Amino acid sequence: MTINTAVNGSAMKVEIVGRLDTITAPELEAELSEHEDVSDVTFDFSGLEYISSAGLRVLLAEQKAINSRSGKMVLKNVNDTIMEVFEITGFIDILTIE
Amino acid sequence: MKKTFPAELGELQNVLAFADSELEKAGCSMKAQSAIDVALEEIFVNIASYAYPGENGTAEIDVTADQSEKCITIRLSDSGVEFDPLAKPDPNTALKASDRDIGGLGIFMVKKMMDDVAYEYKDHMNILTLKKCF
Repeated sequence: MTINTAVNGSAMKVEIVGRLDTITAPELEAELSEHEDVSDVTFDFSGLEYISSAGLRVLLAEQKAINSRSGKMVLKNVNDTIMEVFEITGFIDILTIE
Repeated sequence: MKKTFPAELGELQNVLAFADSELEKAGCSMKAQSAIDVALEEIFVNIASYAYPGENGTAEIDVTADQSEKCITIRLSDSGVEFDPLAKPDPNTALKASDRDIGGLGIFMVKKMMDDVAYEYKDHMNILTLKKCF
């Protein structure tokens, strides 16, 4: 998995390429924890192939953190397989997917 | 085909690579393959994390394809602590983010993404069987 982040003031873009699983989810968690001053986060999932519950946990924790900062978190370019995971788990109602 | 892996988190990629190569041979669709990978990861990670507290153990993974039914059956066996992962109540997926618990999703995803999931404890072995049609 590769994570590309671009910070512009209080906004951050996060592009994830590859698999967000038990092994790689802690890398994303660590990366996000370095940007706790950011209030608007946009995830680009066009290169994300796969997500497991470990990846979902990181997204839920980030959504909660952003909510507590009264910010906004948006997910873009989610593929069908990952969308199915979001539907099954009810994450589709929690996350903002564009 | 059957293969035995050390019950360690570091083996996850090897487990998924083994399963994916079997699924590709069976002509499994990409969508079904992704669902099976998610399920297999949850179950294997559970075994690697909890089945053998303080000792080394193994997990056997048996992948079989039924070409007439177009279904894959995966059987995971371990000789660790007796544990029925299906006994846990499902999380409430209707709650809003602030009320959602961070954990407890893994097995729920397995149940939802597979066509059939069964557990039995037999001859001191935990045996979890996953079935997915493609």
